[in-house]
Amino acid sequence: MKVEQISIFIENKSGRLAEVTRVLGEAGVNIRALSLADTSDFGILRLIVNKTDEAKAVLKSKGFTVNKTDVVAVEVPDRPLGLNSILEILDQGKVNVEYMYAFVERCGENAVIIFRFDNTDEAIQVLTQGGITILKGERIYNM
Amino acid sequence: MSRNDHMQHTAPGERIWDPTNECMPRQELEMLQLFRLKQTVRRVWENVPCYQAKFRELGLVPEDIRTLADLARLPFTTKEDLRLNYPYGMFAVPLREVVRIHSSSGTTGKPTVVGYSRQDLDNWSELAARFMTAAGVTEDDIVHIAFGYGLFTGAFGLHYGAERIGASVIPMSSGNTDKQLMIMQDYRSSALVCTPSYALTMAERMDKLGIDRSQLSLRVGLFGAEPWSEEMRREIENRLGVIATDNYGLSEVMGPGVAGECQQRCGMHIFEDHFLPEIIDPDSGEVLPPGSVGELVLTSLTKEAFPVIRYRTRDITSLDYAPCACGRTLARMRKTMGRSDDMLIIKGVNVFPTQIEEVLFQVEGCEPHYQLVIDRVGNVDTLEVQVEVRESIFFDEMKKQRAFVEMLEKRLLSTLGVGAKVKLVEPTTITRHEGKAKRVLDKRRL
Repeated sequence: MKVEQISIFIENKSGRLAEVTRVLGEAGVNIRALSLADTSDFGILRLIVNKTDEAKAVLKSKGFTVNKTDVVAVEVPDRPLGLNSILEILDQGKVNVEYMYAFVERCGENAVIIFRFDNTDEAIQVLTQGGITILKGERIYNM
Repeated sequence: MSRNDHMQHTAPGERIWDPTNECMPRQELEMLQLFRLKQTVRRVWENVPCYQAKFRELGLVPEDIRTLADLARLPFTTKEDLRLNYPYGMFAVPLREVVRIHSSSGTTGKPTVVGYSRQDLDNWSELAARFMTAAGVTEDDIVHIAFGYGLFTGAFGLHYGAERIGASVIPMSSGNTDKQLMIMQDYRSSALVCTPSYALTMAERMDKLGIDRSQLSLRVGLFGAEPWSEEMRREIENRLGVIATDNYGLSEVMGPGVAGECQQRCGMHIFEDHFLPEIIDPDSGEVLPPGSVGELVLTSLTKEAFPVIRYRTRDITSLDYAPCACGRTLARMRKTMGRSDDMLIIKGVNVFPTQIEEVLFQVEGCEPHYQLVIDRVGNVDTLEVQVEVRESIFFDEMKKQRAFVEMLEKRLLSTLGVGAKVKLVEPTTITRHEGKAKRVLDKRRL
């Protein structure tokens, strides 16, 4: 039920983001979704890719600091209040969202949102009980 | 007990606090130095185990010191010796006779502790009165002391000197610039004592508040505790309307009052009747001929509670024994030109890179891959600690990453006593020379 995400430390200086995408591209890694959190000094780039372990290895070999984290891919109805319905369920289940970002591709009629929770397993349980569809990793990597 | 009644006026505008001792013919001075050196050697031999051990190792007894040239036979004292004998091991009198304790920052978290007997405090006041008189302070002045009062010796040394002269002392301490400026205007402070960078911070604040230097009564400024350039001197003089002089001292030797500039401003007169100076090659320890540039080594000649034999100051300078136009016969030391160790002076605070390394070592998952970048923005020193980010200290959540940075900054502040900005950098950022990282990048032009 979980999706693997890699996060990369990026110093705030020109060309570093391009270096990441170049290294990944040359290794034949395709980026499925991304989010960038930044301060004036540094950024944290989070990626979902089709080949997680290869991506991590190749970035590390180029001197980048890379970590792997579990996130959850949730199907969101593509209509007003679609995302809200999911956040209400999480709120009632007392699950905290650390961060979230949208997936580029749609899944049929629905949008896909990537969530990072403080307690991943509990969040999955709450969402499943609320009748929300969670997408499997294999599906996401190859969308 | 004013000395003003027998004060001499030699060069125009030049006042000398203690002409007998400051203008003594060199031959007489050397006799006095030798007499006092013998006394000091005897004192440490009888009272300080660290010196007994050092003398024994060299096969020396106090009777071996017969001339001033024999000074070179004596062992050096280093900051490490003071650290190993923390806190009271280097004291040469029982604590009962110590009336004051001060300390300075140390290399490994523990400060070094120094003590003063009643006589030491009296001498300190006398010596501070000497350089403050040389800087132009008189009994008519209102002396505004904006050094921090506390364990640091700076504020107290100048406080005593000003009181000894008979000036009116405002023990303002540091910080709160607006209040400083208000008091300077309202109380008509005529002499300012602070770090040179703080003097410029005040000048900037004056510009912002629309205070013109003519609204102040400042006449002279005595600046120290950190390195400063001739350009800074000119700027301070222009912006505050003062005659700015430099002075030198270090708490291990006494505090301010080791040396100070006169109105000629061609070097700082070392009070050689109380401190015997040498210039050595910092690598070999060899004494260098007069005029050479090297590390200043000082032997205290009158200190009772905390005498030091050949203390390695680590300050690089040179000595000029030529007579000065002011009438003093005391040798002059040049403004310090650097350090023979890795100590940094940031906002007047002594900082050693090893202190930062220790803070990093204590943080779990933190490897000591770091670089210090020191700069001067406006007139304020800045310290940036760049830390290479490894997996163990890298989080995908910004909240955690920022909390980590804040935790490091807090620990650095409490260890160093001066604020540092922590900047996380990629693992390959810090340049390495033959496997050894270059730890310090000082961009200040001093």
